[in-house]
Amino acid sequence: MQQLIFGVFTLISFGFFAFNLRKIAQNIHLGLPLNRSDNKLERWRTMLLVALGQKKMFSRPVPALLHLALYAAFVITQIELIEIIVDGLSGSHRFFKDDLGGFYTFMISFIEVLSVLAFLGTVAFLARRNLLKLPRLTMKELAGWPKQDANLILIMEIVLIACIFAMNGADEVLRSYEGKTNGFAISSWLGPLFFQGKSHQTLELIEQIGWWGHIIMVYGFMNYLPYSKHLHIFMAFPNTYYSKLEPKGQLTNMASVTSEVKLMLDPNADPYATPENDATPSRFGAKDVTDLTWKNLMDAYSCTECGRCTSSCPANTTGKLLSPRKIMMDTRDRMVELGDFKRKNGKDAEDGKSLLGTYITEEELWACTSCNACVQECPVNIDPLSIIIDLRRFLVMEESKVPTELTGMLTNIENNGAPWQFAQTERINWAKED
Amino acid sequence: MSIQVRTMADMMACGESPEILFWVGCAGSFDDRAKKITKALVKILNKCQVNFAVLGAEESCTGDPAKRAGNEFTFQMQALMNIELLNGYEVKKIVTACPHCFNTLKNEYPELGGSYEVIHHTQLIQELINTGKLALADHGTFKGKKITFHDPCYLGRANDVYEAPRALIEKLDAALVEMKRCKTNGLCCGAGGAQMFKEAEKGNKEINIERTEDALQTKAQIIATGCPFCNTMMTDGVKHFEKEAQVEVLDIAELIANAADL
Repeated sequence: MQQLIFGVFTLISFGFFAFNLRKIAQNIHLGLPLNRSDNKLERWRTMLLVALGQKKMFSRPVPALLHLALYAAFVITQIELIEIIVDGLSGSHRFFKDDLGGFYTFMISFIEVLSVLAFLGTVAFLARRNLLKLPRLTMKELAGWPKQDANLILIMEIVLIACIFAMNGADEVLRSYEGKTNGFAISSWLGPLFFQGKSHQTLELIEQIGWWGHIIMVYGFMNYLPYSKHLHIFMAFPNTYYSKLEPKGQLTNMASVTSEVKLMLDPNADPYATPENDATPSRFGAKDVTDLTWKNLMDAYSCTECGRCTSSCPANTTGKLLSPRKIMMDTRDRMVELGDFKRKNGKDAEDGKSLLGTYITEEELWACTSCNACVQECPVNIDPLSIIIDLRRFLVMEESKVPTELTGMLTNIENNGAPWQFAQTERINWAKED
Repeated sequence: MSIQVRTMADMMACGESPEILFWVGCAGSFDDRAKKITKALVKILNKCQVNFAVLGAEESCTGDPAKRAGNEFTFQMQALMNIELLNGYEVKKIVTACPHCFNTLKNEYPELGGSYEVIHHTQLIQELINTGKLALADHGTFKGKKITFHDPCYLGRANDVYEAPRALIEKLDAALVEMKRCKTNGLCCGAGGAQMFKEAEKGNKEINIERTEDALQTKAQIIATGCPFCNTMMTDGVKHFEKEAQVEVLDIAELIANAADL
């Protein structure tokens, strides 16, 4: 009976997760095409260093170490999960224990030690958010759901760890009644500390609660991910693989503009000719998520709202409205909203909202200095700058909404080839001056 | 010392071609402060007998501020016209003292048909010193002084050039002191992304003030930069704190020209 319940539970969990992954893939495909299939070797290298190796986390060592504890525990605990699933489906108890012998004891002990570190890390993370109130973790864009989301994940983490120790600890005490021990590093003393003297029945119940609690948390967590910033644990990998590999300063050249400008500059061009290869997009720049590339949208799903970008943004740290983290959160929220809307009302349906306007204001966009600090800081290689520039392009090229002083600068470039009003013929005057 | 500058048009007329084109940029051509940087670099090039030329009246904005302001049309108009000119002169190598021009020429022009070897002036000066073409006089001009280097975003983070300017400061008889935010963590001066040409958005502080505080905390007497726009922003910042008498803002080219007695 238990096995059946477990089997059905497992199927439903993975099924629902797959259903949500499909939605995520659909939402990412709302974006425009972009070719990132080049340089496979460099891409693998970037993914291994940045996602698996956590390279960029270590520019801030304290949170990096705390995060490493959780990350390592999470990754290694998956090994134990294999046994839990096997036990659950077959009705066995610690299926691998007898075959693996000492190695089994070592692995479980290793997981236990990592779990203790992860517990400490989780408590520290909760404290940083709720007691120490670190500026980047308590900014206004995190008010409401994002804050609850962050705390909920940390609390789930603690419950999960508690379940592991309840399960292993109760097992250890049961063993001790038979004069044996599993010899697990932490639970062999933590178990007796809490459960010594309890009856067989109670201990078996505790072990069961721990076991079920553990698997419920794992499946629950897995299915919570698609609704949470915590999705970064998966998205970090594809997102770093598809990183921009060009120098950070290099912005894209809009191909649609190139063809038009070439026509303008070519004296032999026939202005009425049908363009051979009509690459003209529906609009220049981006107004909504559908005008961004799929990579911009993948970036949005990969963001875990850590705020390193915003805390290093010169505009934000001097009190301007711009927050690169908010740009990413807005992009994600708008993408999810539009994706849901289109699934319900057909793919050509419009909901009258847009990323620019409904979510992001012009004032935010015009505060950016394009300094790339946000891009540099992001531990999973998100590029908020490319979204900011695409939104600016829409404002300027489609709506002619340019700050007044910039209109002057642009006119000067067009008229006299410099952002200031100086005659081009005077460009060399410096050589004659003393 | 008077400077010797020839234009590409001149050279072409004489049937000559330079080894390297010096892309002066708009700031270097028109801004009074930046013109001094331009001249300092020319003095170094003259001293080392580098066969260079400028475009003079034919040079035009690379389009960087237009692109960053979102006007891709204006950018590509500029780019395509400049590329036609550069390709017409068969330019192979470009040096510039402006990291914005540097970034645009190096990274954004190739796809539009303009591929050149583009270097920042700090990289060229480093090469001139390393190959023995330029020697610094040992007059102790900077003896006992502290110099801090402000990383221009478009040189540092945008293009990963961090060492050339620092290596040059270390050649001086001075101590290089780093700001708390430097290299990859360097704080912007506030001018990039076309901000130079507009008022900052509403906030509680100007970015250049925040950055100047970083620089003043090092107690350096000289704030070195490698960008005419950073230079303006840091100079304004120093004035804001009324520290002009104690702290100078100088380009690396000026420091080296000074140390080489030019």
